[in-house]
Amino acid sequence: MYIDPHIHMVSRTTDDYARMAAAGCVAVTEPAFWAGFDRSSAAGFHDYFRQLTESEPRRAAAYGIAHHAWICINPKEAQDHGFAREVMSMIPDFLSRPNVLGVGEIGLNRNCKTELAVFEEHLEIAAQHNSLVLIHTPHLEDKLKGTRLILDAITAHGKINPQRILVDHVEEHTVRMVLERGLWAGMTLYPDTKCTAARAVDIMEMHGTERIWINSAGDWGHSDPLAVPKAVVSMRARGHTAADIHKISFENPRAFLSQSGNFSVVAPRPTIS
Amino acid sequence: MTTPADKPPLDRKMLIDLGFIDARAKVLDIAAFLDRLDRAASVNTSTDFRIDAIRAALAIALENSPARAERILQLWSDPTTEPVERSDGKAARGAHPTRTT
Ligand SMILES: [Zn+2]
Repeated sequence: MYIDPHIHMVSRTTDDYARMAAAGCVAVTEPAFWAGFDRSSAAGFHDYFRQLTESEPRRAAAYGIAHHAWICINPKEAQDHGFAREVMSMIPDFLSRPNVLGVGEIGLNRNCKTELAVFEEHLEIAAQHNSLVLIHTPHLEDKLKGTRLILDAITAHGKINPQRILVDHVEEHTVRMVLERGLWAGMTLYPDTKCTAARAVDIMEMHGTERIWINSAGDWGHSDPLAVPKAVVSMRARGHTAADIHKISFENPRAFLSQSGNFSVVAPRPTIS
Repeated sequence: MTTPADKPPLDRKMLIDLGFIDARAKVLDIAAFLDRLDRAASVNTSTDFRIDAIRAALAIALENSPARAERILQLWSDPTTEPVERSDGKAARGAHPTRTT
């Protein structure tokens, strides 16, 4: 039994739901993100948020998987501040939907000023609505700088309990600074550009299993929706106990996500759409 | 293991048994990649910062000191600290030109 707390199921096939269910997935959470192309209007985001909150939970429930969502405008599409504000104005309405856990995945992509300003405005929305926050950190050479900028912005904002914020896509050079600030850290098991399962297990051995989770971030790109159960296999091969494996793949995400009253590992009864 | 483990559950020999073939394959892949570049025609004479980044990282990997992976990631990172005015495209490139040339 496991939770994949970061996966973009709108980009995955129904067969993936079937495979994930067979591998023991009971719940997923799906942050709003970039779909590989820029949406041309705020209405495009409105439709996407409806997909995340209406259609995807039904698709997941057919396989006994509880589906939850996070709402925001992702940093890749937040280059135009006016447009970003138009999309952000829709967030409060969606935060009250039954499967929504909070604001995410917000953060930085190329560490530019507009992205940072939009990130800070998202933090304020989360603070006003007492929402959990899921944060995307930039890729590759931008990750270290971007993570520092994000952590400084969280500290400067100061209105959200760090235990209610998860900073995702940490690697060896960023995990320590995230955990030291009392925030949660996510390790993304991505074939090329983030953590491999072997390195994620290394990081757990070096930093422990408090306030840390693993996810697949499966999406439309090169990624693996079964990355979490495969990491479980790696942990077993590396001699870790069943209790540690359960903690990282189930108990930890449940503990963080349950801070939102909307999280459950029990899927609603399937309905015919 | 809520706190960091003193030592991993498996000993050195077990970890070598588990990981050697995979690491061996990756080393060969890197060597073959560099060979492939040598065999190819060059469009300009200057070296590519990404390949310099790989060479510099390999030097770190061969050191006999800890945190090699962390230090390689640091080496490849943008060393600046201020947000930029405008982004130069959606995608990062994997290494930073100023760090390795
Ligand atoms: Zn994502």
